[in-house]
Amino acid sequence: MTVTERYRFVYKPLVFIASLLPLAWMICGVTGWFGASLGADPVKRLEHECGKTALNLLLLTLAVSPVRELAGLPQLLRLRRMLGLFVFFYAVVHFTIYLVLDLELNFRVLGADIVKRPYITIGFAALLMLIPLAVTSTNRMMRRLGRRWQRLHRLVYAIALLAVWHFYWQVKRDVREPLVYAGVLAVLLGYRVLRAQARRASAPQSVQGVNP
Amino acid sequence: MPTRVPRIAPSEITPPQVYFNRRTLLAGALAGAGSALLRAAELPPAAGAALAATANPRYSVGETPNKYQEITTYNNFYEFGTDKDSPSENAHTLRTRPWSVNVYGECEQRGTFDLEDLLKGQALEERVYRFRCVEAWSLVVPWVGFPLSNLLTRFQPNSRAKFVEFTTLLDPRQMPGQRVAVLPWPYVEGLRIDEAMHPLTLMVVGLYGRVLPNQDGAPLRLIVPWKYGFKSIKSIVKIGFTERQPRNTWNISVPNEYGFYANVNPKVDHPRWSQASERRIGAPFLAARRPTLPFNGYADEVASLYQGMDLRRYF
Repeated sequence: MTVTERYRFVYKPLVFIASLLPLAWMICGVTGWFGASLGADPVKRLEHECGKTALNLLLLTLAVSPVRELAGLPQLLRLRRMLGLFVFFYAVVHFTIYLVLDLELNFRVLGADIVKRPYITIGFAALLMLIPLAVTSTNRMMRRLGRRWQRLHRLVYAIALLAVWHFYWQVKRDVREPLVYAGVLAVLLGYRVLRAQARRASAPQSVQGVNP
Repeated sequence: MPTRVPRIAPSEITPPQVYFNRRTLLAGALAGAGSALLRAAELPPAAGAALAATANPRYSVGETPNKYQEITTYNNFYEFGTDKDSPSENAHTLRTRPWSVNVYGECEQRGTFDLEDLLKGQALEERVYRFRCVEAWSLVVPWVGFPLSNLLTRFQPNSRAKFVEFTTLLDPRQMPGQRVAVLPWPYVEGLRIDEAMHPLTLMVVGLYGRVLPNQDGAPLRLIVPWKYGFKSIKSIVKIGFTERQPRNTWNISVPNEYGFYANVNPKVDHPRWSQASERRIGAPFLAARRPTLPFNGYADEVASLYQGMDLRRYF
């Protein structure tokens, strides 16, 4: 099997199944299958699990580029779109649970929350920003947008910052967990800043090198 | 995750049908109190020893109480960890006997009292109260206890006693959550003396007719049903009478979000979330959210305590 085939027939299906495991666990929690339980407040639990899964997958998506470069695995890029779409999927489910099960479809409260509660405002903003990225994730859209595609998809950095901030702000007191997420995000974004600086520093040299 | 087996020998477990006082059940078969006792049949075998308590039908809310399971696995008790299920997993390390309470400040009877001594002569009653957490969830709980005023008068507070201050046990070996500085330990709470002496304010030693489980604040906790749950301090080791308003832990920790009074008020939001409604734990999907009542439904009894006060300012 070639590397491309291995990604297509082995790694991608595996990542697909792995990304569905949190959903499967939540379904078991709701139905009580395999003795799974969501505890005394299943709504909050589902809401938090979905949100955290979206965040985990988002950080994983952002880890693809650095790992690919550092470990010399260029084909890893083939997994990124699927991970990104799962981020969108879990973010939508997270929001749906909040609206349907938590607020019980009270749109008045939803509006008030989005306007008045900063952590919901930024979470909602992050969700909205995910939409254009999901919509433009097809090969056709990539071709059509060309260079602008990459510029548009840099939105993911803003989304990640908002998402971690959203997590940090809704915690009552014990911020250890959101701080871990913030730390991981800082490393992932810091890597990109350093890489961009390194490129900029080396760019004039290479120009000089080509044109002595 | 490994499930912890309670360290109770089978011989120690009291069969509910033996210990459960059927006369109490019949006497209390009124409205909410009756249903609370009926649902006691759902108690797990590991529930604490039975208490001789009389249902007080005056204090019932006409709603089905939450299950024992819900009340004992969904807890905010940061001394045992910050997740809702942490206390039920970790609180087995708390030793509730021997237990003593230090009484200090503006009163005649200062000193350290053994818990048994404090409970002596206190007639235990069951009261079904609403419990509203500042996080906008709520429960209905059949507590067992006695009015705090019955205890406080025993210490003979003097005229300078304007406030009562309560302190939770400080012992990181028994309370592993205290090894992390999530809050300034020990946990401290306070009430104005008139709030403390109010007949609704309860010293609690049990729930569902049984000795209070550790994760719910054993062996002695406060319940102030018209205030957010964090006012109802758990595992109390100190009670002091003070002239000045004590500072309470959550207020010290995040002063713009948690005040001293913390009266349940649907009109005054938490800075980060609305307090206008709440979700009842254990209620069916799509039928759990309900409007929050002023003073958690106890306005008739307690609103007069705050007459003329700006409740937005004194939140």
